[in-house]
Amino acid sequence: MPETVLFYVFSAVAVGASLLVIGQRNPMYSIMLLITAFGALSALYIQLDAPFVAMAQIIVYAGAIMVLFLFVVMLLNAPQEDAAQWDRTHPLRRPGVSRFGAMLAVLLTVQLVWALLRVTDAGAAVGGRGNAAELTSVRSVGRVLFTDYMFAFEATSVLILVAMVGAVLLAAREEKR
Amino acid sequence: MIPLGHYLVVSAIMFATGTAGVFLRRNLITILLSIEIMLNAVNLSFVAFGRSQGTVDGQIITFFVMTVAAAEAAVGLAIVIALFRHRESLNPDAFTSLKW
Repeated sequence: MPETVLFYVFSAVAVGASLLVIGQRNPMYSIMLLITAFGALSALYIQLDAPFVAMAQIIVYAGAIMVLFLFVVMLLNAPQEDAAQWDRTHPLRRPGVSRFGAMLAVLLTVQLVWALLRVTDAGAAVGGRGNAAELTSVRSVGRVLFTDYMFAFEATSVLILVAMVGAVLLAAREEKR
Repeated sequence: MIPLGHYLVVSAIMFATGTAGVFLRRNLITILLSIEIMLNAVNLSFVAFGRSQGTVDGQIITFFVMTVAAAEAAVGLAIVIALFRHRESLNPDAFTSLKW
């Protein structure tokens, strides 16, 4: 079944790319790999009958947010992680402590997978309920967004304004008085 | 058709990856990228749950998460620039002046 094969291919790309993101020392490579992961995720959104979310993912995430990250990385010009001194002396690097941390991380993963596999009708096919044509259309998304979620939508616009002012204020060079 | 559980497992693995990145990496920009991974993992489960319920609400919550992620990235990167200006470093261990 081509659908299933595509699901596994794109999931593998998304998971593999995000694992590589945290494995890189150079943030430039991390950003490129994260864009790859976002592309794979948007393919998964298309499989979930959400093409509008998929396009927003590409345009907003890969196109805007990641470019912002790229600009900052190139602006700061500090690509390599300076880990030499820190790695050896930090108390978190003592073998007992880091083994305990690794154990907690494995526990978190196992717990997440176990909890999610116990979700009711986790075994049921995703597309079982609802009308795919209705869910796919931007019209129905827009109708719900501008009626049921009107207040949240307006609150989001205030959030964006505050974030914009905050970013300008924080990044502005301090002037000598 | 693919079962809902498969999407949730992919989402869980990506979320755990992002968490690990926040704790393991020693670079403020990579830590912000790991937070983006976590937000996207949550988005995937929202859309999958929404599809399995047959409603568009999952997609709409995803839009709100994207907006919050954009705001967070803008403010976070502004803070990173301001910090870099003070210490010429992106290592979080360079910023310990508030540590007791």
